[in-house]
Amino acid sequence: MSKKEIDDVSGTQTTGHEWDGIKELDTPMPRWWLGLFWATIVWAIGYWIVYPAWPGISSYTHGLLDHSQRDRVTADVASLKAARADREKALGRASLSDIQTNPDLLQFAMAAGKTAFGDNCAGCHGAGGQGAPGYPNLNDDVWLWGGKLGDIEHTITVGVRSTSPQTRQSEMPGFGRDGILKPAQIDDLVEYVVHVSDRSADAGAVRRATPLFADNCAACHGPAGRGNRTMGAPNLTDNEWEYGSTRDAIKDQIWNGHGGVMPTWGGRLSPEEIKALAVYVHSLGGGE
Amino acid sequence: MTVHTVISPDKRPGLAAEGVVRSDAAATNSAASRKLYKSRVPIYPKEAEGQYRSFKWAMMAFTLSIYYVVPWLRWDRGAGAPNQAVLVDLAHERFYFFFIEIWPQEVYYITGLLILSAVALFLANALFGRLWCGFSCPQTVWTDLFIWVETKIEGDRNARIRLAAAPWNANKIARRFSKHAVWLTIAGATGGAWVFYYNDAPTLLHQLMNGTASLGIYSAVAGLTFTTYTLGGFMREQVCTYMCPWPRIQAAMTDTEALSVTYRRDRGEPRGSHKKGQGWEGRGSCVDCNQCVAVCPMGIDIRDGAQLECINCGLCIDACDDVMAKIGQPRRLIAYDTEANILRRQSGEAARYRFVRPRTILYAGVLAAVSAIMLVTLTFRHTLDLDVVRDRNPDFVRLADGAIRNGYTLKLMNRTNRPQTLWLGVTGIKAKHIKVIGDGEITEPVAMRVDADRVRTVRVLITVAESELHSSHELTFVLSDQARGESRAVKAIFVPGAAQ
Repeated sequence: MSKKEIDDVSGTQTTGHEWDGIKELDTPMPRWWLGLFWATIVWAIGYWIVYPAWPGISSYTHGLLDHSQRDRVTADVASLKAARADREKALGRASLSDIQTNPDLLQFAMAAGKTAFGDNCAGCHGAGGQGAPGYPNLNDDVWLWGGKLGDIEHTITVGVRSTSPQTRQSEMPGFGRDGILKPAQIDDLVEYVVHVSDRSADAGAVRRATPLFADNCAACHGPAGRGNRTMGAPNLTDNEWEYGSTRDAIKDQIWNGHGGVMPTWGGRLSPEEIKALAVYVHSLGGGE
Repeated sequence: MTVHTVISPDKRPGLAAEGVVRSDAAATNSAASRKLYKSRVPIYPKEAEGQYRSFKWAMMAFTLSIYYVVPWLRWDRGAGAPNQAVLVDLAHERFYFFFIEIWPQEVYYITGLLILSAVALFLANALFGRLWCGFSCPQTVWTDLFIWVETKIEGDRNARIRLAAAPWNANKIARRFSKHAVWLTIAGATGGAWVFYYNDAPTLLHQLMNGTASLGIYSAVAGLTFTTYTLGGFMREQVCTYMCPWPRIQAAMTDTEALSVTYRRDRGEPRGSHKKGQGWEGRGSCVDCNQCVAVCPMGIDIRDGAQLECINCGLCIDACDDVMAKIGQPRRLIAYDTEANILRRQSGEAARYRFVRPRTILYAGVLAAVSAIMLVTLTFRHTLDLDVVRDRNPDFVRLADGAIRNGYTLKLMNRTNRPQTLWLGVTGIKAKHIKVIGDGEITEPVAMRVDADRVRTVRVLITVAESELHSSHELTFVLSDQARGESRAVKAIFVPGAAQ
């Protein structure tokens, strides 16, 4: 465009573009807007110099401040740990029963235990420790391996059927799967288990199963089916069923002998964390 | 910088009447010259003198004194609690106001206070117009203060207009520099005082002085210095006209019986110059001297009628009274009056003031009711409190013997400044056992020590035997202070298991 065209009405220069007789004005940007625009560019250049900005092949420009969000988080976590150190030490020194009677320490252990539970345990046992089929409910008063503070701490430390050499260990055989008992015998045993848990069952089957139970089950579950904590064998006479209370569920359990695995937390969590977890789980309600 | 002066044949400067100089002020914000968007035309308000100006000075002194003095008032609350009378303690989540201490859970007191302020504003508005805008709004007070500084340094209206038009010589530079220096000092003192409401004032002053206050404090001071400087020095009337919602709300809420600064057009019109010896028959008292426009800090002409820009400061009343005295006419051609009265006078009726109207009765009623509720709740406020949250995950726990257990998290609050022994009990349920984590099984109310001004969290487990379960259970947690005879009961429910 050789000569500038000025619009009569607005007094503004046009771009020279015209559509159906309508000409586009080349209205200049407001001054303040332009000023801000240039200021942001200058700011950006300053930012590149001071802060990490440009990616390289294997690294990036670190900037004069050598700022790193990751380092900040690490420093924050470290300072948080330092702030907690005193109480954590006190927790480490105190016995489990001492923690129970010291309100200050108890509050700290409960808070720490709740966090650790959410991070490590809730995946299987549920956010409230309510359990699921195959994963014990930690709120009730039924404990496979004992519900005293010390028992809970030990179970958390070594795990169940875990890789730890001291692991809590027990094995329910798959009586049907491994061909130890015949299907008809297993059906009779199902009636027997229903019978000991105070429900009506086929009397003939119960009679036939009585010697079978004594030979195959009583060693772990006890002659009356009341379970045995040293073996982690559940009580068959109460209202709690880890794998379900229906005849089908009981048959499935006798046939296959399910047994879950709980990892050992000994090496992964600090002794203080395990203590706090034990106190927290104990406080859920079932603690003995 | 150019000065925009509209000179039209009938608005030529000169004498409006014997001894009355006609001002060349133009109403920059009058409806006729208003556009959807335009740059601000500077306003150079002339200094007024009279009753309203004096009242405005008094209100300025009063409100500024409150602002600066309040953080320094002390109030003894005993050891361990701050002794500042008014303090917003953000770090410890407490608000102190003389004998009142409010916790975050009690934010409804703040809501009540806001409702009170709003209704009081409505009532004042229905009775006397925009008293708040004209005399007590911080924007008004600080703008007035800034204009006063400007007048002292640069002179009155005409001198300021001349200075603005003058080239940048030593005189102009010196005056402008000192004006902005004083403005910034005032702005700094404004921002500096604000932070004292959030911290212990003497401690913070010391820290501010020796540079050890936190970055947040300095940022707050800097931010408020900046806003005070710009709002008071530069934006001024634009804040009221464009930024504040109240003029619009007020316009929708006002009626013709509300007092406001009014030009009595029934008396003033037809306006025009008046020559010495001329009679007053067949014409109005207004000599069109524009003095009311010259003094207006909002840049309007009150003779155009009620406008949202008008803050009802009454400075035009003072200016006009002066003129009326000079020309021997009665005062108050511009006055606090109502639109209804003008119509009454025009139709030959007597003016009357109706302060008792449905809306004023309503506002006064709401004001009294909310005040009473606030007073009662504050007077009978519990110094101990109890919150009960029932476990939802899991909702209930079935035990080996078929009994059902529910868990509750209790928050025991001690709002006094001393540690207290509070007694916690459970009533209204036939429980197999009640267990307090940390205290074991309980059969009767158990003593709980709660630290001064603190909340203690306690978990309670309640078990109901299978044979005692109904479709629904209710129970009551009772927290009592036996020494002082205060108690708090909170109802909760017990879930007896899943629906069968």
